[in-house]
Amino acid sequence: MSVISALRNETTSWYEASARQRIDALVDRGSLTEFVGPAARETSPHLAIFGLPTQLDDGIVVGEAALDGRAVLVAAQEGRFMGGAFGEVHGAKLVGLLRAARATRRDVLICFDTGGVRLQEANAGELAIAEIIRALVLARLAGVQVVGLIGGRAGCYGGGGLIAACCSTLIVTEQGRISVTGPEVIETNKGVEEFDSKDRAFVWRTMGGKHRYLIGGADRLVADSAAAFRAAAIGALSSPTVLDAGTLDAEQARLERRLARFGTAEDATEIWSALGIDPVDDLPALDESSFLARAGGKRESADGAR
Amino acid sequence: MERLTFTLAAAKQAGGLRQQAIIGVVASGNLEVMLERSAPSGTCTFEIETAAHGFGAVWEAVLNDFVARRAAGGLRITINDGGARPDTVALRLAQGVRLIEGDEA
Amino acid sequence: MKAWATQKATRAARIEAGSRYARGKAVAAADLPRFLDAVLRPGDRVCLEGDNQKQADLLATALADVDPAKIHDLHMVQSGVVLPAHLDIFEKGIARRLDYSYSGPQAARIARMLFSGQIELGAVHTYLELFARYFVDLTPNVALIAAVSADVAGNLYTGPNTEDTPTIVEATSFKGGLVIAQVKEIVDQVPRVDIPGDQVHFVVEAGKPFYVEPLFTRDPAAITETQILTAMLAIKGLYAPYGVRRLNHGIGFNTAAIELLLPTYGETLGLKGKVCTHWALNPHPTLIPAIEAGWVEQIHCFGSEVGMEDYIAARSDIFFTGLDGSLRSNRAFCQTAGLYACDMFIGSTLQIDLAGHSSTVTASRMAGFGGAPNMGSDPRGRRHSSEPWLKAGAEADPDTHPHLRRGRKLVVQIGETFGDQNVPLFVERLEALTLAEKLDLDLAPVMIYGDDVTHIVTEEGIANLLLCRDRDEREQAIRGIAGYTDIGRGRDRKMVERLRERGVIRRPEDLGIDPLDADRRLLAARSIKDLMLASGGLYRPPSRFRNW
Repeated sequence: MSVISALRNETTSWYEASARQRIDALVDRGSLTEFVGPAARETSPHLAIFGLPTQLDDGIVVGEAALDGRAVLVAAQEGRFMGGAFGEVHGAKLVGLLRAARATRRDVLICFDTGGVRLQEANAGELAIAEIIRALVLARLAGVQVVGLIGGRAGCYGGGGLIAACCSTLIVTEQGRISVTGPEVIETNKGVEEFDSKDRAFVWRTMGGKHRYLIGGADRLVADSAAAFRAAAIGALSSPTVLDAGTLDAEQARLERRLARFGTAEDATEIWSALGIDPVDDLPALDESSFLARAGGKRESADGAR
Repeated sequence: MERLTFTLAAAKQAGGLRQQAIIGVVASGNLEVMLERSAPSGTCTFEIETAAHGFGAVWEAVLNDFVARRAAGGLRITINDGGARPDTVALRLAQGVRLIEGDEA
Repeated sequence: MKAWATQKATRAARIEAGSRYARGKAVAAADLPRFLDAVLRPGDRVCLEGDNQKQADLLATALADVDPAKIHDLHMVQSGVVLPAHLDIFEKGIARRLDYSYSGPQAARIARMLFSGQIELGAVHTYLELFARYFVDLTPNVALIAAVSADVAGNLYTGPNTEDTPTIVEATSFKGGLVIAQVKEIVDQVPRVDIPGDQVHFVVEAGKPFYVEPLFTRDPAAITETQILTAMLAIKGLYAPYGVRRLNHGIGFNTAAIELLLPTYGETLGLKGKVCTHWALNPHPTLIPAIEAGWVEQIHCFGSEVGMEDYIAARSDIFFTGLDGSLRSNRAFCQTAGLYACDMFIGSTLQIDLAGHSSTVTASRMAGFGGAPNMGSDPRGRRHSSEPWLKAGAEADPDTHPHLRRGRKLVVQIGETFGDQNVPLFVERLEALTLAEKLDLDLAPVMIYGDDVTHIVTEEGIANLLLCRDRDEREQAIRGIAGYTDIGRGRDRKMVERLRERGVIRRPEDLGIDPLDADRRLLAARSIKDLMLASGGLYRPPSRFRNW
């Protein structure tokens, strides 16, 4: 008998876990039924051309499961395989899952961990992003909740950042980063004066979960444990958000106000001060409960859209 | 990519009842190992795709030790390798056999 | 009539010459080159303080700027050759001969300069050996040292990084030599007196702290599953059966993994209070979770570690601290403690041969030695007993009468069979031999001699060399845990199996270690931030280790 099996979910770091470990710890124990699993050997048809190894699930696990007794659909990207990037098969699995969600009216949990689209299958990947967004929005219009969970090594970048913005609720950890363009790309295009991608504290201060939570880019901030994600996901599904024209108008107005208020800020810390948080310097060092105690009441909240 | 296949005698039958187990991810220096209970009893088959060319003899040595030390009879093992070191391969195989035995990890 | 006090006279002359650039004992940093020209003499034996952690960096730069026409042929006697300036001194012809211990970051350059004859090498020492020679035949004429602050009388405060300073000053000042200290600032009253002012002749205000390398910080995020497996083997296969309470750890990731497994895996084995209670060890951040969980009773330190200052000050029951609250470290005392009062040394290395000799030297890199050779050797002068020492002695020599049998220190090498860039840990022939031949050295730079090594741990298992009865058994025990390296694949399978039956080789499955436990979830901390949080915010890691 292994020692590790006796450890509870609280000790499973979301950041460290694999896609399979995340789903196992997120849903009710043993409730997952995987669709197009590894035994189907539905691997990428493109990677071999580049001399790259494939993975049996093409870097994403999709299936149906129960969350606190409620039937849901789940997906988890594997951030260590190809940086969690979207390819043809990978993308098709998520499109299929979201279409099934609309047809069966089951809520969806997506564990993002992605750098965006795979360069080696870029056209297929970009098309997949568009199809996913369409399927996601149609599912939401049909009343389905789509909850994004972000706290992996790769963060949620590129097309992944666009998909995340369409979700009903985003749950994030401090480690989880959300953006479209990544730090290295910004530095390459705009110069190190604009964005120093080597300054890790700066990257997390700008794109990390705490800042996204404070400016309404994410809705729930949790500690880096599978148990915390599970509790937050159960909470998110029991407080549904609506997607309609009114939601979008309200969010548009909020974003315009945000730009007017913070558009000239040089650093995230200036925004935190402007939000009335004091002091701000040690904010990144605080654990989640101290952080929420100090800053939780001063954040901006989104309107079910971002 | 280099593709390698081996069929080895494996005296000890794999324990437990799970039909399938998978462990590891394909990344630099890492690999995924999928075990399915679909080989004839007394043998263990391996289908390997590896990014590192020319290490057939090392693979054979690792796999021979594996079937000698662990209960691997009746298993069809599929490996996608991102250039893992032999010690990592040996560890994943040992973990895979423990997983298919049914220990909830 | 023979003069019997020439050294004192010489020192008085140096002080007089130097005083032209000083107010009292204080020398302005801008005057340093002229000041050094005045107090130094060609052929002087000079100790420029520097080890694997702290550096008298301002004085090193200034020494490299003196005029080689005036000051030349210096004989440098120092623990660490670490800063570029340490070697510039030789390149410029200011110094010629070198006796030292450690040269980690300059390993490649020092090898090139040795090959080209720019440096005349005395010897590469262990720390204690070099310190010992300061008092016998390598006593410095001039010592250039580093402290945090000084008062006008020259009393020095070294802060947590005292390290080599008392030893250097003792040897220099009491034998007619001149002591010059760089400090960050001159203050009215120092927080505590680490070096009395009457042993210090000049003080230079640097305006900034001396450089300290955070050498003992290992980021838990980089620990691999294979390293966790080796750590489990060590804990269950060595710490538990021998009951090792007093020990030293090396700085590698394998031992960092052991530290982080104590509160998790060690706890499940019921080892708390039974192992790892007393340490000769730098303040490793990775030991924080074990300290917080109550595993550790006390730790004496060679030096400090950047960012650990406040944590140490808040845990004075564990660490040695001064009246000011901060750590008092001392390399000479801690090395002695590691040699005589510890029952185990465990550390990593780069190469191990079939006799068990190990070395971190490669044909193009002369890294020198850290603390490993002193701590990783069996002290023949030991006369007190302990459970692990007696047990190891009995395994090595079962036939001698117990009252006449020496115990043995456990000297353990731990590592993965393949290291960085897939370089094998096990080799037929150490590259240290090639280097010794190229440089015509009397001795190859061997880190730990094979006859001192008691166990080798790899992911394939533990080889207990104490139980080997001849050279063949020893070789096959090493091959038997050498994995898929050429050495490992060259094993005699039948003999290895017999050694395993006798318990000379023990594999994870022999010890009941589940491969599924080779999982990072078993680490008590998985990131630098986890360590910071475990310390209650007292550990303040340097920025290069932060992402917050």
